[in-house]
Amino acid sequence: MSADLSELYQQVILDHNKRPRNRGKLPTANRVAHGDNPTCGDQCNVYLRLDGDRIAEISFDGSGCAISQASASLMTTQVKGRTGPEVESLYRQFHHIVTSGETPDEISDLAAFAGVHTFPARIKCATLGWHATLNALKGDAADATTEKHTD
Amino acid sequence: MNPALHSALVAGPAADRWKNVRADFPILHQDVHGKPLVYLDNAATAHKPRAVIDALVRFYERDNSNVHRGLHALSMRATDAYEGARARVARFINAADPSEIIFTRGTTESVNLVARSVAATLRPGDVILCTEMEHHSNLVPWQQAARASGATLEFVPVLGTDAEGGLDLAALDALLTPHVKVFAFTHISNTLGCINPVAELCRRARAVGALSVIDAAQSIGHGPLDVRALGADYVAFSGHKMCGPTGIGVLYGRRALLDKLAPDETGGGMVVTVDYAGAKWKPAPERFEAGTPNVADAVALGAACDYLDALGRPEIARHDEALAALAYEKLSALPGIRLLGPRAGGARRGLVSFAFADVHAHDIVTFADEDGVALRGGHHCNQPLMRKLGLTSTTRASFYVYNTEQEIDVLVASLRRILKFFGSA
Repeated sequence: MSADLSELYQQVILDHNKRPRNRGKLPTANRVAHGDNPTCGDQCNVYLRLDGDRIAEISFDGSGCAISQASASLMTTQVKGRTGPEVESLYRQFHHIVTSGETPDEISDLAAFAGVHTFPARIKCATLGWHATLNALKGDAADATTEKHTD
Repeated sequence: MNPALHSALVAGPAADRWKNVRADFPILHQDVHGKPLVYLDNAATAHKPRAVIDALVRFYERDNSNVHRGLHALSMRATDAYEGARARVARFINAADPSEIIFTRGTTESVNLVARSVAATLRPGDVILCTEMEHHSNLVPWQQAARASGATLEFVPVLGTDAEGGLDLAALDALLTPHVKVFAFTHISNTLGCINPVAELCRRARAVGALSVIDAAQSIGHGPLDVRALGADYVAFSGHKMCGPTGIGVLYGRRALLDKLAPDETGGGMVVTVDYAGAKWKPAPERFEAGTPNVADAVALGAACDYLDALGRPEIARHDEALAALAYEKLSALPGIRLLGPRAGGARRGLVSFAFADVHAHDIVTFADEDGVALRGGHHCNQPLMRKLGLTSTTRASFYVYNTEQEIDVLVASLRRILKFFGSA
């Protein structure tokens, strides 16, 4: 297997793909958003329970490739307990990682996605769950679609 | 292709051409990620033989000019080449007359042209009949036609949990009522690989007075197609899936129908006379080709017709059916694989698509690419069918004249490695 490919399919990613965290519907959710990647048909629903301005609980479901499913799974573990502006800032970090391959100085599981940057077609897979969460936080009724964003 | 299978498939004058077929395609001779390219994405687009590339270059180097109304030498040569290509395509599908060949950008534009033009003749109460296996390009234009006209859109069901039963022909009796004005169906499904009984479908459409519209995108380059033997009213296809260039396609229409059909686009080249109040249309095909046509690509499409006829269209069909059957058989041995379309021995040509429960098509395509194998993963512009089958995507391997048995072995070995990596085998 090539270096690029093993960089893309890091152990953390394979683990989240195989054993997704926070997967399923959230009965107590007060915000829901749907994410769609029309180019490949990947889908991701995100369910949030906001407590004030913080994410008290989060879950996701949907279908897609290992990158999109692992990214959504890892995202749920990273954004829980955070406010909207905090999630936006985290997403900016994540977006920088997947588009540049540069990893932040502090230790972060998000760095596992650095290998995505050598596969530009997969950036949309990695950001799908994030787009859905950002939309859910905004209370945006419109579906998130990766096509609206200039990844 | 190994010599044994080859000689079984091809005998006679075409045998020598088949022996050297890979040498005709410059693009095949390259490494991808350090491995020899194994191109199995032919249902998306096929590669171009040297003869087609040369025809394109020759036209631009020697004959390029605008067509029609030209009185200088180059314009006359370009017009001859363009109209010659039209006659060549007519012969390729056994149309009665070159004027039945309308050049378009491809299958999608062809279907849109016929759907928009026919929509103007439909009324509420009329029915447009499609099938559940149509590519979006032979579905969405009909949805639009139904919306614009008030006609109803209905579907011939696909049978079987893996769509292995093909079209439900028994349901046709109830569906094909005199209200049906258009019956649009694919010849070979781009997702299932099944060959539909198009001659029978055309006959049954005719019996109730419905127009038949065939999407021949996946069949045109993969075997004989005789529009008169089929009794088809309209046939749409693209050049790039039959060794021709991108950006050129065809709508075949029976002359008697085309002359009654209103134009879709208007402008220069399609009018007899124009005054400030209005215009009179030329007859087909010019009536449907407003503006400067895609001359060079049409000429190269003519060269693609020559190339495929020289290989032998029945031989191409046998070759592509043999490879699809072999791939189906070898892929069946993979643990957990779900294969779509006809089972072993069924009427399948040119492609196989499949899914695994726990490895997604996009991961497969990314991994296979590392082995030099070009596949396609996704919904294949077939979202409603995917949904019906409980899938969001499949991986598709599609074959053409230059693919070999050995390449199927490379595919299977690559898939085994992928399944092992994801812990599924």
